[in-house]
Amino acid sequence: MYDVIILGSGPAGLTSAIYTTRADLKTLLIAGVKWGGQLQLTTLVENFPGFPEGIQGPDLMLAMRKQAERFGTEFIDEDFDSVDFSTQPFKVTVAGKTHEGKAVIIATGAETKWLEVPGEKEKIGRGVSSCAPCDAVFFRGKNTIVVGGGDSAMEEATVLSKFADSVTIVHRKDSFRASEIMQKRVLENPKIKVLWNSEVKEIKGEGKVEGVVLFNNKTNETSQMPIDGVFVAIGHIPNSGKFKDIETDEAGFIKVHDHYKTNKDGVFVAGDVHDSHYKQAVTAAGYGSAAALEAERWLEGMEAS
Amino acid sequence: MADLTFTDQNFADEVLQSQTPVLVDFWAAWCVPCRIVSPIIEELAVDYSGKLKVGKLDVDANGTTAQNYGIMSIPSVVLFKNGEPVKTMIGAQSKDNYKKEIDAALAS
Repeated sequence: MYDVIILGSGPAGLTSAIYTTRADLKTLLIAGVKWGGQLQLTTLVENFPGFPEGIQGPDLMLAMRKQAERFGTEFIDEDFDSVDFSTQPFKVTVAGKTHEGKAVIIATGAETKWLEVPGEKEKIGRGVSSCAPCDAVFFRGKNTIVVGGGDSAMEEATVLSKFADSVTIVHRKDSFRASEIMQKRVLENPKIKVLWNSEVKEIKGEGKVEGVVLFNNKTNETSQMPIDGVFVAIGHIPNSGKFKDIETDEAGFIKVHDHYKTNKDGVFVAGDVHDSHYKQAVTAAGYGSAAALEAERWLEGMEAS
Repeated sequence: MADLTFTDQNFADEVLQSQTPVLVDFWAAWCVPCRIVSPIIEELAVDYSGKLKVGKLDVDANGTTAQNYGIMSIPSVVLFKNGEPVKTMIGAQSKDNYKKEIDAALAS
């Protein structure tokens, strides 16, 4: 029996684990097969305080994991199958084995939102990607597009420009929502072009990406563009689908009640699975610490009663 | 049996001409998800000893083979039977998932 089971191993989950273990709470962290969350798919993180020269996303996650391990967090690097929050203790099933915990912190984060256009799904890994740092090297000398207008689209484009012959950012609006510094880097890069007011309607090609159908939402014109790679960076979907009894909003973000509690007593939430506003590594870590402190307080109340 | 190292040079002999099916993990040192898959591949080499030849191919050093098989994302784990790729698994997956796909492909 664990005091706390944490679901998720991004900045939110790992920070929670650092706090719960330091509070001497027996902690199990279900890290998932692809542990470390979205930062594992990035390169240089320049806005996490404490690293004046920046730090590589994967290095930051490894450091956080080591810190959580140092205080005794137990890790399972598998995806969980199901949860049962209906009775105490709560149950989490992983690879056929059930683990029990008095409190649960949900920190499952968010995953890539795909375009959901014809031709996309079957070409993921065959020219369609959501991770330029992982796949850019395969597009040396090729022509690519990046879809999106936020910080992650800017990063994808910047990383790709080091390998690809050309990078075109396709964005459905006429301005980016990305931070000024990231936008500036992209707009000053001679290899990167921008197509404003444009949407990808279809991805063409047999077995691999060969082109896209574009729609200009200002002029209502449809056009074809031959292309080798499509990098999708239009946002993320919260990983809340496995929690049947936990309230979410329409987009799937878990609803927060009074300091990182969910609608279920003893189940707390932290990070991108509830945060549709900030979505930063540092805010996720902050939520992780807050949820852990709330869980600790709740467990104290439970013992006292 | 431990896992093997495949290269552009030995690929034809070790993989394409192999009598037993071969599992090839296309990877690179800079690829973070590959580091997650790597120990799983080593376990699969032991688990399927005698039934399956298992090895890794570094795409940085062996670009020709990676390109021949249209590798555009890593890790890509490809199962070869009689010199033909019969199953491609793209992205880091759980050991159970790899086993499920391998068992299905070996049975067919």
